[in-house]
This record gives sequence, C-alpha cells and structure tokens, in this order.
Amino acid sequence: MPNNGMGTLLKTPTGISGLDEITNGGFPKGRPVLICGSAGCGKTLFAAQFLVKGITAYDEPGVFMSFEESPSDLTQNFESLGFDFEKLKAEKKLRIDHVRIERSEIEETGEYDLEGIFIRLNYAIDSIGAKRVVLDTIESIFSGMENMTLLRSEIRRLFTWLKEKGVTAIITGERGESSLTRQGLEEYVSDCVILLDFRVIEQIATRRLRIVKYRGSTHGTNEYPFLIDESGISVLPVTSLKLDYKSSTEIISTGLPALDKSFSTGGVYRASSILITGNAGTSKTILAAHFAMSSCKRKESTLFFSFEESPDQLVRNMATIGIDFEQAIQEKMLLIQASRPSLQGLELHLMVLNKLLEELKPRTVIIDPISSLITIGNTNEVRAMLVRLMDTLKKKQVNALFTSLTYDGQSEYNNSTVDAVSSLADTWIDLKNEERNYERVRSLLIVKSRGMAHSNNRHDFIITGKGIQFTTSNKK
Amino acid sequence: MSNEGKWELRLYIAGQTPNSVLALRNITKYCEQHLEGKYIIEVIDLLKNPQLAEGDQIFAIPTLVRKVPVPLRKIIGDLSNEEKVLVGLNIRPINS
Repeated sequence: MPNNGMGTLLKTPTGISGLDEITNGGFPKGRPVLICGSAGCGKTLFAAQFLVKGITAYDEPGVFMSFEESPSDLTQNFESLGFDFEKLKAEKKLRIDHVRIERSEIEETGEYDLEGIFIRLNYAIDSIGAKRVVLDTIESIFSGMENMTLLRSEIRRLFTWLKEKGVTAIITGERGESSLTRQGLEEYVSDCVILLDFRVIEQIATRRLRIVKYRGSTHGTNEYPFLIDESGISVLPVTSLKLDYKSSTEIISTGLPALDKSFSTGGVYRASSILITGNAGTSKTILAAHFAMSSCKRKESTLFFSFEESPDQLVRNMATIGIDFEQAIQEKMLLIQASRPSLQGLELHLMVLNKLLEELKPRTVIIDPISSLITIGNTNEVRAMLVRLMDTLKKKQVNALFTSLTYDGQSEYNNSTVDAVSSLADTWIDLKNEERNYERVRSLLIVKSRGMAHSNNRHDFIITGKGIQFTTSNKK
Repeated sequence: MSNEGKWELRLYIAGQTPNSVLALRNITKYCEQHLEGKYIIEVIDLLKNPQLAEGDQIFAIPTLVRKVPVPLRKIIGDLSNEEKVLVGLNIRPINS
C-alpha cells in the first residue's frame, strides 16, 4: 500500500456532520463507497444527504439513480428535511433517474449486458457535470433478473467504470444474512465500506455507524452513534477528540466567596469541570445555582440542564433562598433546559446539548444531575458519553458543573456515575448531611482540585434566605 | 387474436456489438416469417441518443420493446430463442 500519508489520498467531504472527523476528511475522492445496513437504518437518507450537501455546501452536482423509490416519492420524503429536490433539479445541480424494473413485462432470451444503465448514468453525469453519484439500491436489480452471474460481473464492471469516471459514488446495499450485503457487494467495492445499524436497547432506539473498511486512510474504528433529526444525519464521534485542548489560567468564582477561599487560587480555573456529589437533599442543586449565578453576574451566558425539576419549579425554589434566576432568564443570561432523562437516548441528549452549545455559545454549562443519565444506559455508554461531553465543553472553553446523586450506605467511591466522572472532573466537591448533637449538619468537602492547593477540611454550612452560608467552625 | 394491424417494435442497442447485431438479425427474421408487411422495427442506438434510454426504462442491451399492440412488452438479450421471443411478443406463429 503506497498510501500512508494524508496527502496521497484525496477526500471528498461527506456533508454529514461528524463523519468527516471520523474519516479524516471524508470519503475517498473519485471512488465508490458502500453503505450497508438493514431496512430502515437510514441508508437512503445518508445517500441523499451526501448529494444534497455536496451541492449546497461544496458546489458538486450529483446524480441520484434510484432502483427503488420513484423521484416523486424521494422528493416528498426528503422535503421534511429541507432537501429541496425540485429546486436543485431546476438549477441543473441534481438529476434523479429512476430505474424501474417490472419483472412482469420483461422476458430474457440470450446474451445481454447492462450497458443501458451505464449509458443512462453517463448521460446523467455528463448533463450536469456531476461529481457525486448515488446508486440506491442497486441490488434490487437482482430480484428482477435471472442471470445472476452476468449481473455480478456487470455490477463489478459498473464500479470500475464509476472509478474511471472519477465520481465519488455511494452505493447502498441491504444487509444480508451472513454477509454485509445480500449479494456480497462488499467484495467489489473495496475502498470504503460503512455499516449502519439500528437497534433498540432497553426500549431506547439507537442508531450506530461503523467504518468497516477504508483502504489507504486512517479512520475511527469504533461504533459511532448517529442521529436522524430535522436537519438530517449527524454522527457523534465518541473518542476521536484528542487531549489537546488549551488550558486557561484564568480563575473564576464558584459563586461562594467563602468556598473560593478554600482554593489556593481563590477560585477554580475557567473551562474546568466541577463535580458535586452527595445524597438526596444535600444542596447539590443550590451549589450549582450559585455557580450559575456567578456566571450570570460576569455577564456570561449560562445553560442549565435540569433532569429533575421543571424550569418554573427551579426558578421558584431558588427564589426562596435568594437566588434570582428569574432576572437572569429575563436578561437572557440563563437558559434552563429541562427534560426527562428517559425521554430520549443518551445520544439525543448529547445532541440537544451540542446544538444548544452551538446556538447559544454559553460560557457555563450545568447538568443537574448527571446521575439521572445512568438510568438510560449502561455504565460504559454513560461514561463514553460523559467523556465526549466533557471534551466538547473543554474544547469550547466552557465552565462545566455536574451534580451527581449518591445513595446512603453507598460510598462515593462505589457509584458508577461518580466512578465515570470523578476521574474526568478537575474539581470534585462532596456534600454531606449528618446528625450531630440532635441536629442535622450540612457540610462540604473538596475531594480534589487539579492544579491548585485546597482546603482539606469539611466545612459546615447552612441554607439561608441568601443561599449557602458557611458557618464559622471547621470540623477536623 | 390474430396478427392483425401494425406491429411497432423498437430495438435498443448500444453500438454495433455482437449481441445487438444478432438481436436485429433475429427479430428481422422472425418478423419476416410471421408478420410480413405488418411490422416496423425502429432501431435506437443509445450511444447516439442516450437521452432515450430513460423513457422506455432501458437498463439492459439489447432490449426489444413492443410498443404496439399494447400492453408494452420487453425482451432483453440477443433474441436467440425464437419460441421465447414469439411468446414474449405474443406473436402467433404462421406455419404451425
């Protein structure tokens, strides 16, 4: 294999957000790519997005050769995603050719070839100067015909021809029983093969994508979750992000001057992540609210993800202890986004978060509580998601605060969420309620804080009409 | 049902390939034999007129299309099997 550098293999951007990152720049330019998966996994959409984004974002005209759906069906199906086939067709940027094979009106006798398809494709490509081609789903040709051997060799010839033509092509194929596609197309398309998968785990549907093969290029090898929403497909790279973000030396307040003093630096680093753990009722949310308010006071927009309380309830509750979320919301400094954890899969949660990050560009993000997410996925998935989330936040230089619920009798070192997050968090604060002399005492302990000295004492505090107030004595 | 009226046949080829030449020779022979004076064969070379392929849904070469009488029928291949062609086109052999 002569291709070992990035420069040798030219790439075509896929137009699918996140996928270019995984493939190090996109699909191999001028080569066919096989997209396979079972029915309903999003193959046709994947292909359509490749074409449409190719036209709108990269000015590369495209040909859609459909062996299944009619042009009017395709046009209708993708209207909801904002793909305007009619307009693109009118602008001579897109051509749809529907190859309809009616078995009932066709008789086979003697030798033939599939030159008709070649001619149609060639004509369509040349008429608009297409750079991208989609064949969806060429295998359906097999169901209409008798001579399998001939069809196979013709399809092999078609792929070679596409390569010579220099177009980047997506060929879709239905998942077979024992092979990636029913007719074993993967044997012919050897440059790049992508597998789409759709499964339901614990009642939550998850779509995944894996690059099975990508000759001459490095690529991510994991299964990557992907989403289909109103803007099409987006892929979320799980671990492609590297540990190369910049570290800020700027110090910001936690929102509690007394707590700031417990850090030798007088606060926490900007764009660091804070984890707050504690049992139910240990004021995790209140501490988070103080942090949110300090961000709002700095006139930095803040995003508060609430998985337990509705925005109204949160605003009301915080008002009773003197934290004025209402005003911050009116000043557009604070946005509270509330949703049930089980409403959507982990990926969708992450996606919503990513979208809001893009739209609002908040400087501070609070997730309360992150442990709710564990109810909707297994530990590995949650951890993978949290790693991604934290990396994204770090990359965007966003201050992050997560709360996590621990249970009585369960040490904080033995909790799966804490386990997942604590090693990633820069600062870890543990909250505790305990009975001392017939009185319930709230206390706070800084378990760790990277890059600074900090107090090792457990600080007692009370909740007042002005929020958290530290009491004078420190417990040894 | 007889071989009354005009028969309009269309043969799609792509250049003078052996299959195409053979197909034309075969269909002309069958027509002369069974539809003498009642048929038209139009030969369309898609290399010269590629835009015509889509209209008749041509994907294989050669393809013979029976336009008239309706319904539309298609026979793909070099048409070497006379019986299959006649059945496919619904032509009643004259001398049988």
